Amino acid sequence: MLKISDLVKRYGGGEPVLKNLDLTIEGESVVSIIGSSGAGKSTLLRCINRLVEPTSGSITLNDTELTRLRGAELRRARRKIGMVFQGFNLVDRLTVMENVQSGRLGYISTWAALTRRYPKDDIRRAYELMERVGIAHYADKRADELSGGERQRVGVVRALMQKPEILLADEPTASLDPKTSEQIMGLLRDLSRELKLPVLINIHNVHEAREYTDRIVGMRYGRIIFDDLPQALDQEAMDRIYSGSPAADRAGGLKEAS
Amino acid sequence: MSPARIDGPTSGPDVPAGAAGGATSGATAPRDHWRKPSFIANPVARWLVYGGAILYVVWTLGTLPIDWPRVAEGVERAGRIFGGAFPPSFERSGLLIDGFLESLKIAILATFGGVLLSIPIAFMAARNIVPRAVFYLGRAIIIVARSFHPVIVAIIFVKAVGFGPLAGVLTLIVYSIGFVAKMLAERIEEIDFGQVEAMRAAGAPYLSTLIYAVVPQIMPRQVGLTIYQLDSNLRASAVVGIVGAGGIGSTLANAFGRYDYDFALAITMVIVGAILLSEAVSGQIRKRL
Repeated sequence: MLKISDLVKRYGGGEPVLKNLDLTIEGESVVSIIGSSGAGKSTLLRCINRLVEPTSGSITLNDTELTRLRGAELRRARRKIGMVFQGFNLVDRLTVMENVQSGRLGYISTWAALTRRYPKDDIRRAYELMERVGIAHYADKRADELSGGERQRVGVVRALMQKPEILLADEPTASLDPKTSEQIMGLLRDLSRELKLPVLINIHNVHEAREYTDRIVGMRYGRIIFDDLPQALDQEAMDRIYSGSPAADRAGGLKEAS
Repeated sequence: MSPARIDGPTSGPDVPAGAAGGATSGATAPRDHWRKPSFIANPVARWLVYGGAILYVVWTLGTLPIDWPRVAEGVERAGRIFGGAFPPSFERSGLLIDGFLESLKIAILATFGGVLLSIPIAFMAARNIVPRAVFYLGRAIIIVARSFHPVIVAIIFVKAVGFGPLAGVLTLIVYSIGFVAKMLAERIEEIDFGQVEAMRAAGAPYLSTLIYAVVPQIMPRQVGLTIYQLDSNLRASAVVGIVGAGGIGSTLANAFGRYDYDFALAITMVIVGAILLSEAVSGQIRKRL
């Protein structure tokens, strides 16, 4: 269970990006966070695994308080939090297998990492997961030879290699074409069910949020102003979340789509 | 006529001064006049700087101690040296080959040691991946290594460890660090940080993060720099040899000392040939990276 309470993040001395935010995610649900650019979605996600330092407040994952961890303790906690990125963040010059195994870096020694002597179990798990998402035949290819959708599959497998207790996805489909993007969303939903894994997805595409997630959280100016089942996201709620933003116009076609 | 209008209302001598130009330019006059802003905006400062620079050059020329009779003598002596150098003598080619091989060894050893040391120093000197204090230490090492010309470093090492190739190797190690570590550090500062973020998010320890997210990105530059540095060290090893740090430079200095100008010319030719060859080879390799 992920429990965020009274979370504040302020960059420098300006207006806080996150304002006393509370959010609880239980069980193996897929939760999407929507909101216009600058609403604080990315910052929220990055506060959870501390790529961004929260200013104040508390975040606990299965009863571990994350906000005060340092050094080795922080790394141990991060191992339990998988992350999928918008730009994939694969190491282009390494093979797909090395990229996938980099999800295990928090578990294996630096020497083993340097010499690429991965534990047998890790290699087996890597092949199973790659098989599951359909990229096993690329194991020896360099990551930059793959297409966008395949690269994001590598990103997902890398995160799953951590045996995470929660998966964070920061705009995982924003760099992909519509069809591939739906495939990745479907994959994230199915994997969540199969692995009994809670998944938290930042997403711009409201249609995909409704289609593939169990719960939608709407953010505006650093606050959560909507938190409900996808069915409950009506035009009025959309207007509140996106009022006066370009994303509202894009989501205009939503009524026909759903 | 039209030329006057192209010049604009204020610059033509036939336009009455004051009234016409001033009154119209405020509201409706076409903005047709532009001059590139001066490099130094303040006119007084500008003339002081330019005038000062010109005065200084004139003054230096005026006080330069050129002794014309000695220049004439020098030309004559240069003629004697070149006359003595032809034809080049390859009689003592054994000595020449030994010197050259020693230079090659110095260059290879120095490149190996220098690059090996450069890598950790470059990481230390990259602002984006280390704490501020380490960054300053890394930069300080690079600045010290860069601040002296290899010849000066060589003089110090010759004093410290005596004549011979060891001094040459140490000198060129310092020289290599100054160049390779600096260039590599700059490359590290340009990496795609998303890859580092991905490793961090997986809870990877510091060194593993560097090995997986940074090293693959800087590898091509590293290889290119190493080859360039080998080439550069070979050239520099001839120079530092002149002050006693071993190699073919020492052979050359000795030949000059004994007025063996023909042998000296042979050595010079070999050095030029070797450098041309190494430049061609390293250029080819770097092109294929």
